[in-house]
Amino acid sequence: MQTCSYTTELPGAAHWSLTMRRGTEMRLTDLHGGANVGMLFYNPHNLLERYNAPDTLKCQHTFKLTRGNCLYSDMGRIFCSIVADDLGWHESVCGNMNAEQVASRWGERNYQQDRNEWHQNGHDAFLVELAKYGLGKADLAANVNWFSKVGADADGNLSLHAGHSQAGNSVSLRFEMETLVLLHTCPHPLSQAETYPAKPIKIELGLAEPVADDDYCKNFRPENQRGFQNNALYHLGL
Amino acid sequence: MLKTSELQARDALSRSTVGAGDYYIARLKAGRTVRILDLEGNQAADTLFFDANDPSERYSAIDTIREQGNLYLTTGSTLLSQTGNALLEIVADTCGRHDTIGGACATESNTVRYDLEKRHMHACRDSWMLAVAENPEYGIAKRDIGHNINFFMNVPVTEEGGLTFEDGISAPGKYVELRACTDVLVLVSNCPQLNNPCNGYNPTPIEILTWK
Repeated sequence: MQTCSYTTELPGAAHWSLTMRRGTEMRLTDLHGGANVGMLFYNPHNLLERYNAPDTLKCQHTFKLTRGNCLYSDMGRIFCSIVADDLGWHESVCGNMNAEQVASRWGERNYQQDRNEWHQNGHDAFLVELAKYGLGKADLAANVNWFSKVGADADGNLSLHAGHSQAGNSVSLRFEMETLVLLHTCPHPLSQAETYPAKPIKIELGLAEPVADDDYCKNFRPENQRGFQNNALYHLGL
Repeated sequence: MLKTSELQARDALSRSTVGAGDYYIARLKAGRTVRILDLEGNQAADTLFFDANDPSERYSAIDTIREQGNLYLTTGSTLLSQTGNALLEIVADTCGRHDTIGGACATESNTVRYDLEKRHMHACRDSWMLAVAENPEYGIAKRDIGHNINFFMNVPVTEEGGLTFEDGISAPGKYVELRACTDVLVLVSNCPQLNNPCNGYNPTPIEILTWK
């Protein structure tokens, strides 16, 4: 990051949304270890353009997300590039836990009794943020779960790797177009933690280093070079 | 799990042949069964399901694979909506594995995957766009077009986190059969993709049959 202009912390069980401009960067840091950040991306100028996990994974021939990978919209454009990553694996196929599942795993806690120590869930957290933009459940898409590693065996059986993210691990996103970002810090849906994992994260926002010709993400795959060309067309004249 | 069906084509309520590059859209009442039949083999049937009474409730790949703990679909898989409701159950399957994560081809993603000049080749998402434009009575639009199933496609994930599109594991006459748990809309784009081994670089027709 060229300059960091804003720093904030999100406690566990929180949600937020913000619009990131082209050329800005977001660094997420797991403060205590074991964090999970669910994230969705939309084009604020056309909310029907959104993060597309299948396009993102298949065009880069990967099941995991890490440095070098770009996150694609359904319109063949890149919302953001992963410019730094301590972990090597973030997942994008398991979605969120809903209220019933959280209650059955860790017990029901409601706001009336528990105030902000309640057990918020990722599904509702996204619905709250979506509604702020006139969106709803039909707009939910497969999201990224930062800091979470889910592997598949040869038969396709999924498992979450416990202890994957440690205190201080971070991942940095450089935005390649204006992007509405929705995020929550609710537990990963496959979490087997004994108690509800309310894990805080740090968010740092600032200007990214300019994208040079030898940029790692742009050159990570020939597909990403074409994705950057699609973005250049989108920004033509700007 | 491989399982053949007892249902006979001669007893079907409806039979529709869907050419590569065409779409199929129809309601399927609760309790009825739909079979998607790969007529010539190696074809990909890019499929979406919706709750017919509330199309904002739709098949969710992420909820389905998380709740079954497995990436692939076969006999016994229950297809869930994004709020966890069961839409359909796979009751027979002579192919053995169907893809949940590869998504559909689109003119836009083809520019990234293959070449900027492939933008003008027909793609699955365009078939869906035509389907929603030509069938407003179903109440679905572009916002409802999400992450689909690719019946007959094989997209293995490695333990190292790789993902590849492999040659189809289907063959002429293979099929998958689903029973509706509630009234559903079935929307299929029979894939016209010419650039991918999933359909042997030769997209072919499928047949869709329904039974009471």
